[in-house]
Amino acid sequence: MTDLIARSPAFGLTPVAYGATTLTEGPWQQLTALMPFAGQTARICTALQDAYGLNFPAPGRLTRAGHTTCVWTGRGQAFLVGSEPVQDLARYAAVTDQSDAWVTLDLTGEQAAEVLARLVPLDLSPRAFGADHAARTLLGHAAIQLHRLENGFRIRGFRSMARTIVHETADAMAAVAARAALD
Amino acid sequence: MRIEGYGRVDRDVSLDFSFDGRRFAGHPGDTLASALMAEGVVLTGRSFKYHRPRGVLTDTSAEPNALVTVGRGAGRDPNTRATVQELYNGLEARSQNRWPTLSLDLWAVNDLAAPFLGAGFYYKTFMWPRAFWEKLYEPIIRRAAGLGALSGEADGERYEKAYAFCDLLVIGAGPAGLMAARVAAEAGAQVILCTEEPRFGGRLLAEAEEVDGQPGHLWVAGVLARLRGMDNVRLMPRTTVTGAYDGGTYGALERVSHHVADPQGAPRECFWRIVAQRAVLAAGALERPVAFGDNDRPGVMLASALRGYLHRYGAAPGRQVAVFTNNDDGHRTARDLARAGLNVVALVDSRHDAESLAGEVPFFPGWQVCGTQGRRRLSGITLRAPDGRRDVLQVEALGVSGGYNPSLHLTCHMGARPVWRDDIAAFVPPAAHVPGLTVAGSANGAFTTYGCLTEGAEAGAEAVRVLGFRAEVADNIPQANNTPNRLRRLWAVPGRGRAWLDFQNDVTVKDVRQAAAENYASVEHMKRYTTQGMATDQGKSSNVSALAILADATGRDIPETGTTTFRPPYSPIAIAAMGAGGQGAGFAPERFTTSHEASLRRAAPMVEAGLWYRPSYFPVKGERHWRPACDREVRMVRDRVGVCDVSTLGKIDLQGRDVGRFLDCVYANTFSTLKPGRTRYGLMLREDGFVMDDGTTARLAELHWLMTTTTAAAGQVMRHLDWVKQAYAQGWDVRFISVTEQWAQFAVAGPQARDLLNDVLDAPIDNLGFPYMANGAVSIGGTRARLFRISFSGEHAYEVAVPSRYGAALWDLLVARAEALGGGPYGMEALNVLRIEKGHITHAEIHGRTTAHDIGMGRMIAAKDCIGRTMAGRPGLVNDREELVGLRPLAGGTLTAGAHLFAPEADPVRENDHGYTTSACFSPTLGEERALGFLLNGHRRHGETVRLVDHLRGIDTLCEVTAPCAFDPTGGRLRD
Repeated sequence: MTDLIARSPAFGLTPVAYGATTLTEGPWQQLTALMPFAGQTARICTALQDAYGLNFPAPGRLTRAGHTTCVWTGRGQAFLVGSEPVQDLARYAAVTDQSDAWVTLDLTGEQAAEVLARLVPLDLSPRAFGADHAARTLLGHAAIQLHRLENGFRIRGFRSMARTIVHETADAMAAVAARAALD
Repeated sequence: MRIEGYGRVDRDVSLDFSFDGRRFAGHPGDTLASALMAEGVVLTGRSFKYHRPRGVLTDTSAEPNALVTVGRGAGRDPNTRATVQELYNGLEARSQNRWPTLSLDLWAVNDLAAPFLGAGFYYKTFMWPRAFWEKLYEPIIRRAAGLGALSGEADGERYEKAYAFCDLLVIGAGPAGLMAARVAAEAGAQVILCTEEPRFGGRLLAEAEEVDGQPGHLWVAGVLARLRGMDNVRLMPRTTVTGAYDGGTYGALERVSHHVADPQGAPRECFWRIVAQRAVLAAGALERPVAFGDNDRPGVMLASALRGYLHRYGAAPGRQVAVFTNNDDGHRTARDLARAGLNVVALVDSRHDAESLAGEVPFFPGWQVCGTQGRRRLSGITLRAPDGRRDVLQVEALGVSGGYNPSLHLTCHMGARPVWRDDIAAFVPPAAHVPGLTVAGSANGAFTTYGCLTEGAEAGAEAVRVLGFRAEVADNIPQANNTPNRLRRLWAVPGRGRAWLDFQNDVTVKDVRQAAAENYASVEHMKRYTTQGMATDQGKSSNVSALAILADATGRDIPETGTTTFRPPYSPIAIAAMGAGGQGAGFAPERFTTSHEASLRRAAPMVEAGLWYRPSYFPVKGERHWRPACDREVRMVRDRVGVCDVSTLGKIDLQGRDVGRFLDCVYANTFSTLKPGRTRYGLMLREDGFVMDDGTTARLAELHWLMTTTTAAAGQVMRHLDWVKQAYAQGWDVRFISVTEQWAQFAVAGPQARDLLNDVLDAPIDNLGFPYMANGAVSIGGTRARLFRISFSGEHAYEVAVPSRYGAALWDLLVARAEALGGGPYGMEALNVLRIEKGHITHAEIHGRTTAHDIGMGRMIAAKDCIGRTMAGRPGLVNDREELVGLRPLAGGTLTAGAHLFAPEADPVRENDHGYTTSACFSPTLGEERALGFLLNGHRRHGETVRLVDHLRGIDTLCEVTAPCAFDPTGGRLRD
C-alpha cells in the first residue's frame, strides 16, 4: 500500500538564531476555521464551552483553555487551534480544515518585539498587544496572523510563503543583533 | 586649529582620516567639518554653478556648502554634509563638483562668465534649436554643474525600515525637547525623544551658559541620566524626524552606522514610521546670514557656528576673527571667542545704537561689512562706517548673524502656512497646523533658554494631560538666561560685488531682484526662476532672506509675500532607506508549491504566475531549449499521461444553505441546480459586464461547495465574493474561506490517466462511478483526498488533491507512476499548447476588455440575473464586437500573439484593423501553428481568410479563420 510522507511547512528552513532571538517552526497543530452561520454565534459559544471550556473570541482577541486556543482571524471567523473540532460545531458554523494551509513560526527571545518592529506595522508593546490579543496583519508584504507567546510571538503565514517569511524575519533578526553589537 | 581647554572631543584618542587623499587626524566626538577645521582646512567644496570656492557655513544639518562623498565602491555616499558626518578611524572623504582638483577647478571659468549666467540664463539661452536641449546643452550643463554622484552600482549595504509607537514624540533634544520629554515621562507616558545629532542637548552643548546653576552640558547629562533610567522613554539619537503625515504618523531617518568604520552587519540607515498620539516639535532655530559682497569666501561662517565649533570641538578656522551681526546674539560669539584667546579684531553691529556685550572686543556700532578679500580662503574684510568711510581688516574668519529662523518646517507638512512675527523678524508656526502637534521653544520663536525650558515643559505636560496623564510643571523650570535677543532686521548690505543668498544654488541678491524685474514676483515663481531654495539644504539658510528681498523688490511686505511650501523630507533621505528590504526578490513575497524542489531537481526553469513560481517545462537529456521539451510533453499528454501541479489555482470553500443562490448571483451561469458530487464550469463577470474570471465549482455535499479560480485572479475573486456578500447577500447563510494553501492539487491528464490513478487510489474508480465532471472523496494510502474529473487539456483527465503536507510525496508518486506508463510531468508551456489546441481561454483572452459574448459564452447569461448581466447588455457590448476565433496558417508562415488582423487585400494600417491575436503556439498534435484571437464579427467568419500582421516582429501571414477549438471538438476524449 502507498504511504504518503508528511512534510512540515517550514521543513529545512528553521531554526534560525541570531543573538538571543530564535525563529523555530511552531507545533504542528490542528487548525480549524470556524465561521458561525447567521445568528448562531451564541450557540457556537455554548458548543465551544461544552467541548473545550472557551468562548468564540471577540474581534482582535483570542481565548484559551488548556491546550486549546480560539484565535480571531477575521470578520465572523476564528481558528480553533490545538484540538480536533467536535461534530457539534458544524451545526452552527462552517467548519474548514486549515491545518495544512499555514506555516507556524515562533519568534522568541528578548528582542522578538524589536525584530517584528522591522516587519509588522502594529504597536506590539504589552499594553497595546497583550496575551489575549490576536491580529491579522502584514509581515513585510506577507499577510499573517499574529499573537503573543510567553517569551515572544507566534506568526502564522501562508504555507507557500514560508521561505519568504523566514528569510525576511531572519534578515531583521540579523540587523537587530548587529545593532545591539554596535552599541 | 584647536583651542586648549575647549571642546568635548576626546583628545587622548587620535583618529586618522583622509580628505581628497590627504591624511589628517581628529578625535572621537569630532564631525568631519570640525576635524578639517582643526587641521586648518577651510576650503571644502565648490559651488553648484560657478564653482566658487566654499567652506563650512554652519554647524548643523542645514549646511549648504560642505558636501562631500564618503567611502568608495558601490556603497559610496555622495552629498554627505561634513557637519553631520561623525569622524571615525579610516574615514575617507572626497570633495565634489570640481575638476581636476578642489584647489584647481577648471570649471571655475563659469565664475568669469557669471555676468551672463544669472537667473533664467538657461531658459533664455538654450531654448532653441529645440532638439539641442536634450542632446547637447543638458549633458554639458549637467557635467559642469552638480552635486556628488552615486557609484552607479547596486548598493550592497543593509538598510532597514521600522515602526514605533508612543504617547508623545518629542522632536529635538535641546532645552525645550528635554523638558517636554522629562515632564511627559515623569507623568508616565510612553515617550520617544529624537535628536538629529549624535548627542542629546541641542544648543546647550554649544554654548557657555548655565542652567539650574550648573554648566548647560552638565544639566543635560543629569536630565539624560534620569530619562535613561525610565523604561517608558526611548532615546533615539542620530534620528531626524523628516515628515509629518496623516493620523499622527511621522517619518524619521535614523543614521545607524554612518559613524563607524565597520558596521558589522548593522544597517546603515533606518527609516522609521513613528505613530504618536501627540508630538512636540522642539527643533530649535537656524541662524541666517546677512548678504554682502563676496560673503561666500571660505572662512565666512554663521556666528553661532563659530561659537559652536569652539564649545563643542575646541576648533576654530583661524586666530584672527571678526563678527558681523544685527542682533545681540552675535555679541556672544565675539565674547566667547575672545575669552578663548582668539584675536577678535572687530565686533561689527549694523545697529548704530547697539551696546557691546562682548567686553574689550573692538566694537563698530552702525558699521557694516560690505566686502571680503581672499580667494580660496578669507584674508580680510571691508567695513563701511555710517558716514561711508571704509576700513579693511585682516581676518581669517568672520562670524555673521542676521537673526534666527524657527525650524517650523514640520508644521507646514500638511498645508499650513507660517505667520510672520515682526518683533523677532521671523516666521513662526501658525495657531493650527498638524493635528496633535505642538511647538515649543525656539521653533516657536522663544529665543531664550528660559523660554525654551518653560515652553518645553508646558508643551510636554499639556500633550500628555490630553491623553489622561497627570503632569506637573510648576516649580519644575530650572533657572536660566531669559534676556531677549534684540534685533534690527538687515537682509543684505548694499554695495558692489555679488552678495550671496543661497550658497548651495549660487543665487545672489541680484538674481532675486532680476526675477522680480522679469515679473517672477510670486515667491514660488522666484524660487523656480532662480533655483533659490532647491537641492539638499532646501534653502534653510536663505529662504527668509530671499523672500524679504523679493518683498522689498516688489514693494510688498513680508507676510504678503509669504513663503514657499515646505514639504517632506526635512533633510535628505536615501531612497535605499525608504525602500529597505525591497531590492531584488525582496520586492514581493515568493510563493512555492509543494512540488517546487522536485521540479528544481529536474532542472525545470521557473516562470512567475502572480507571486507563484511554476515550472515551464521539464527538460530531458538532449533537449537544449524549450520547444523540444514542450512538444514532447504535449504528445505525452495526448498519447499517454502527464502530471501537472495545479495547486496555484485559487480554491474557495463555501458552506451554508444559500450558497447555490449566492453562486447564481456571482456566476453568469446557473449553479443552484448542480447536484452533489458534480462539478460545473462557470464564468464570472465584473459589475461592468466584462468577464472577470473563470473556473470550476464542485458541489462536494448538499451544503458544501468548492470554487476554483485562475491563479492570477484568486485574490480578486475572493475580494469580489466579499463584496457581493456584503452588498447583495446580507443575512444569507453563506460562509467562505480560502483553502488554496490547504490542498496540494495535481492534474493527471491523458488516455492513461485512470490507469495511473487506480495505481495509487486505495479503491479503484471506473467511468460509470466517476464520469466526466464528477467529484468525490477518495483516499491514497489511507490519506483523505479529493478527486475531480475535470480537464483543461481536453484529455481524459482528473485533478487529485491532498492536504499540502502530503503534496511533495504525492507528486513524486504520481510522476514515478506516470513515467512507468511512458508519461511524466508537464509544465506551463505544454499546458498552454494543450489549451490553445482546445480553444480554452486564459487571462490572455479574458484580459478585462472582453465580454461573455466575445468569447462565445453569451448564452450563458441568458438564463437568470447575475452580477454584470445588465451592464453586459449595454449598446456597444453586443453588436460588431471582436469575437474569439481560432487561426491556422493557410500556406505556412508564423503566427504570433499580439499581431493584428486585416482583410487579405487591406492595407495593414490602424484604420483597417479587424482584431488581434492573444495566444499562439506550434501544435505538435496538429502539426501546424495555431493561434487564438479576436476578430470583428469573428463568430460568423469561420472559413474566411484574414491577414495576420505583426509589425513589431515583421510577420505577415495569411490565415484561415476557424472555431477556437481545433482538436477533438466533440469532446469525446474527455468522456472515455
